[in-house]
Amino acid sequence: MSSAAPRTGTIGVRVRFFAVLRERAGCGERSFELPAGSTVGDLLELLGREIPELPSGVAAAVDRTYAPRDRELRDGQELALIPPVSGG
Amino acid sequence: MTSPPAPSPRVVEADVSPDPIDPSRLVERVGHPDEGAVVLFLGTVRTRNREREVTSLEYEAYGAMAREELAAIAREAAERHGASRIAAVHRTGTLRPGQASVGIAVAAAHRDAAYRTSRDVIEEVKRRLPVWKKESYADGSSAWLDGHPVAGRAGEPTGPTAGAAGPSGEDQP
Repeated sequence: MSSAAPRTGTIGVRVRFFAVLRERAGCGERSFELPAGSTVGDLLELLGREIPELPSGVAAAVDRTYAPRDRELRDGQELALIPPVSGG
Repeated sequence: MTSPPAPSPRVVEADVSPDPIDPSRLVERVGHPDEGAVVLFLGTVRTRNREREVTSLEYEAYGAMAREELAAIAREAAERHGASRIAAVHRTGTLRPGQASVGIAVAAAHRDAAYRTSRDVIEEVKRRLPVWKKESYADGSSAWLDGHPVAGRAGEPTGPTAGAAGPSGEDQP
């Protein structure tokens, strides 16, 4: 095996889906194993290949706080996909 | 009390729950003889939306985050405008037309601060609270509303949230 990851090992991240994304994903949450050093953007890209029509306006929250795509994920964190919101 | 600890003495309540909203309880929570104004805002479910007859609305929330975010929104607005106390609640679950989906009570020394704070809270709720609604229509169909992409989508945080240090409320309306 010659995976050229800059770091060794993997991390586990729990992904939460809500509303329209929950329906498209067919579940409210799933666990993912990612190479250490993966970012929010890496995970979104992976999810985009698995979930049909991942809306372009989706935001991400890491451990309940909105997070940018270049945020590096750590083992055990929870990433929530936040589709366009409609509260009020 | 199931609410998490309030992050600011100005926020006496910030909750997202399936419990019906009791307006007089919200007003009682913020009222104080030192204040000259209490503004109560209720957002209610409309019968018609986009030319369709709505029979019910279902609200889904990312509960843990929504509570923290609502507390942060309330704190920022109160600090920005100098309101003394806020109680804000948002419903989850199934609501019928006429029922309140959101309730915001603000107390301030003067009416201007109370009105401005109340307005800021509801606008920020619509911009960034992780809550979604699905409308059910008279013809039996249903649909998630399009909603507002959270600013900076998966980009910049939209504001300081509970636990995040740093100055808050500096973005002026």
